[in-house]
Amino acid sequence: MKPAPFIHHVPKTIEEALAILAEVAPQDGRVLAGGQSLVPIMAFRMARPAHLVDINEVKGLDKLAVEGGKLVIGARVRHAAFHKNVVDGPLGKLLTYVVRHIAHYPIRMRGTFCGSLAHADPASEWCLVAATLGGEIIAKSKRGERVIAAANFFEGIMSTSLAEDELLAEARLPLLPADAKFGFYEFNRRAGDFAMAAALVTYRVAGGKIADARVGVGGAEDRPRRIPEAEAALNGKAAGDEAFRAAAEAAAKAVDPLEDVQTSGEYRRDLVRAVVRRALEHSA
Amino acid sequence: MGKGFIGRSVPRLEDRPLLEGRGRFAADISFPDQLHMRVVRSSHAHGKIMSIDADAARAMPGVHAIWTAQNVTEIPPIDFRLTPVKGLEPYRQRVLATERVRYVGEPVAVIFAESAYLAEDAAEQVVVEVEELPVVLRATQKPAEFAPSLTTEPVVIRKGYGDVDAAFKTAHGVVELELSIGRHSGVPMETRGAIARYDAARDMLEMYGAAKVPHWNRDQIARLLGRAPASVNLFEGHVGGGFGIRGELYPEDVLVCAAALRFKRPVKWIEDRREHLLAANHSRQQTHRIRAAIDRAGRILAIDDDFFHDQGAYVRTHGATVPDLAAAMLPGPYRVPAYRAAGHIRLTNKTPGGTYRAPGRFESTFVRERLLDAIAAKVKIDTVEVRRRNLIASAEMPYTLGLDTLGTKIVYDSGDYARLLDKALAGISWEKTQAQLKKRRAAGERVGLGLAMFVEKSGLGPSDLVRIAVEPSGEIEVVTGSASVGQGMETVLAQICADTLGVDYARVRIIHGQTDRIEQGGGAYASRVTVMTGEATRRAAAALREMALNVAAGLMQTTPAALDIANGEITRKDRTGASMQIGDVALAMSKNSERLIAEGFYEYSHMVYPYGLHIAQLRVDAETGGVAIERYLVAYDIGRAVNPMLIEGQIVGGVAQGLGGALYEEFLYDDNGEPLCVNFADYLMPTANEIPRVEIILTEDAPSPLNPLGLKGAGEAGANAVGAAIAAAIDDALQMPGAVTQLPVSPQRLKAIMQKKV
Repeated sequence: MKPAPFIHHVPKTIEEALAILAEVAPQDGRVLAGGQSLVPIMAFRMARPAHLVDINEVKGLDKLAVEGGKLVIGARVRHAAFHKNVVDGPLGKLLTYVVRHIAHYPIRMRGTFCGSLAHADPASEWCLVAATLGGEIIAKSKRGERVIAAANFFEGIMSTSLAEDELLAEARLPLLPADAKFGFYEFNRRAGDFAMAAALVTYRVAGGKIADARVGVGGAEDRPRRIPEAEAALNGKAAGDEAFRAAAEAAAKAVDPLEDVQTSGEYRRDLVRAVVRRALEHSA
Repeated sequence: MGKGFIGRSVPRLEDRPLLEGRGRFAADISFPDQLHMRVVRSSHAHGKIMSIDADAARAMPGVHAIWTAQNVTEIPPIDFRLTPVKGLEPYRQRVLATERVRYVGEPVAVIFAESAYLAEDAAEQVVVEVEELPVVLRATQKPAEFAPSLTTEPVVIRKGYGDVDAAFKTAHGVVELELSIGRHSGVPMETRGAIARYDAARDMLEMYGAAKVPHWNRDQIARLLGRAPASVNLFEGHVGGGFGIRGELYPEDVLVCAAALRFKRPVKWIEDRREHLLAANHSRQQTHRIRAAIDRAGRILAIDDDFFHDQGAYVRTHGATVPDLAAAMLPGPYRVPAYRAAGHIRLTNKTPGGTYRAPGRFESTFVRERLLDAIAAKVKIDTVEVRRRNLIASAEMPYTLGLDTLGTKIVYDSGDYARLLDKALAGISWEKTQAQLKKRRAAGERVGLGLAMFVEKSGLGPSDLVRIAVEPSGEIEVVTGSASVGQGMETVLAQICADTLGVDYARVRIIHGQTDRIEQGGGAYASRVTVMTGEATRRAAAALREMALNVAAGLMQTTPAALDIANGEITRKDRTGASMQIGDVALAMSKNSERLIAEGFYEYSHMVYPYGLHIAQLRVDAETGGVAIERYLVAYDIGRAVNPMLIEGQIVGGVAQGLGGALYEEFLYDDNGEPLCVNFADYLMPTANEIPRVEIILTEDAPSPLNPLGLKGAGEAGANAVGAAIAAAIDDALQMPGAVTQLPVSPQRLKAIMQKKV
């Protein structure tokens, strides 16, 4: 469990980082942020980048601020930053709640929000947050900058639309309205494990009815996504057990579950039903 | 007796260096000019080795040498340390695969290089061409060919007594079950490691990183490498967990020693975690087909058990220990008038198996207690009552079981099982708790309570030697061939020495795991140290005390009987006149070229039998199949508790590991024999989050009559009955008797059980 040889680059500015990345990307160059996923898989030699572009000393990537109605999260912002409320209102509370489900404390001290998005594990809590809330990903390269909607960003298991010379420089999450409710639930065999299924929901209640429902499911399919069928089962209904059960059923029906040796698709469908309902209960 | 250290939870003598970060584990040991060894492991589960191309690796800078089986043809296979049942010899493992590979992870070649990184880089360049052969992955499948004229079932362990067939013919009823325990093992925090060096000036081969059984390993290394045992020394440093698997002699240990001899350079090997999960002993996997003949009242008339032990690819140092213990310990605390067990040792293409904390008992307790629960369901009595009707009474002690194991006859030396059951039921408020759970179940929750009883065994002989010396400085040194795997043996031996001799336990220095300090030692396994080494320590300390008093009486012009030793000071019992320090006796003796030193030797061919029970209360999540443990209680009779804190620590740690085997840990393989759980994301060790607070009732109702202190062992009580208790509690939560037939109870399996009901 010693990684294969690699060259370690430590740029100080974003320009320098992008220049190195452009140069080394074709030689299997990878960006290193918190390293909580990349380094272990390098130790197993399942990843063997020839170059690591270490962004931990790049100035300006530690931004964590509200700009234009969005929470801007720079590439160096650690999970642990969200242990405290980083923004007033429901979004801050949501992030504070979700972050405690990410792995374990030492990992949260080191791993980064943007690194999780770039790694794109289907069970990642932050990927689920970005997909459910409609986040944006800012990809920078020597060629320029582009904004990718979260819905178009995740392409499959550990696969994204990021080009190899692009740095995921920041992520942006839209603020939630002051009256938004949220709920989150994940199921795993041990605390801190990757979720076998996770759900995040947000909605408002207007005139006694659910409005603007968002239901995101992670860990169940090859990427996290919103489940429109479940959202339709909520919008316009009274917030309560009946609507929650209907939404959970709709989500369970809608997903195309991952299977593995231990976990049948049917079992994972059952889990989706459970986590969606429990996320909704948590919201209420 | 001194001020009474035995029975007190005095702090551990071992803790200071560990808490101050000064621990010295195997990886902390280095020598100048050392080479690093890396093992090239088979990536095939079964096949014929066609060729091994190491040219590219050999050409890499910094690579010193590469060995395959051809380079070590003179090294015989590693022998059995325990339970050498005839017929197992052809199934022993050679240090490097010869002709065939039989499991993924089997050592095929070794690289010696200037750094661990280079060695790992080079290992990747070795190309092993293998012609695949069919794999055997289930112990229950028909035996296949192991090698020409050898099948994958070398031996069937048979044990029994009484007329089983007659009992089944006349029985009121028969209960029949098929039960399986999953493949898992001890996973110590410290992976294996070995650092060998050869000192030409002394013609001495030394190996660091030894654990558990340094003396046996020394003798075996000497035998394998054709050296005199006196020219090999093993040194134990701090050891980060034993649990049965760490400290056994493995191919890698022999290879570093052989290389140090051949290269005349130190050679270091530190196992990584992936290797550990692939290559260190697996354990536990068995399938039992068990039947009980019972009378109308649910009393057992006979038990007939046919079981299949998945040994993995080779038979290692433990020989037939695990299935032998499973067959011998299965009757447990119950009266079983007739008994028959057939344990099929089956070779499969998986990592070889060995012992793991409570070997054969975690398995057989699960099976026996499932059987008792099934009997209760069959005759419609509750699970406590069925046990009461079958328990061996205290008046029947000592109880000769009529079976033997590990070369000893099983005679339960002492015990009052019913009394401990009463104490445990009172401890958990059984009736009240059951009523509460019933109410909660009526409200839709799936909550349940389960219990499981067991007899443990400990204090395996044949012998232990302890030498205690008092120096003129007053320092007291206890030298033992026993070993520390982190269990607190230094503290326990110091307590026994202190009380017997009459000194402060903190002044006692325990030397262990150094083969150059004492000529023999049994080591640390089978919950034996407190019993065997403890009694040898008591004997040595008693002899030393007698010697000290004799010498002091001469110096103080009185008789030994008029003197006492307390806190290291020798005084007249009537407290008159002068006194002297025990070190002064040693000083006086040194002037005559004598030493204040004594030996204690303890030889005993019987084991002692502590006993206990576990009670689990848990909640099943009907939607996800998850299990949340609400309460966990262990009641255990230790005979005599030398240090209750350490015993409780042993129990809590054992429960944690037992929960691993009951709910989380499992080495899974795909259909080609590819292991699927080779890291901590896939092999689920329970963490602090998953372990409930463990309530412990520690009793001393049945001291062993076999040794003067009444000692019994504590190492395996916590692990023994977890699988059984959890299974019973899940049955109760679901109100489905017999629902759990397989461990671990993963949420997927539990969900499937619940769906069967619907």
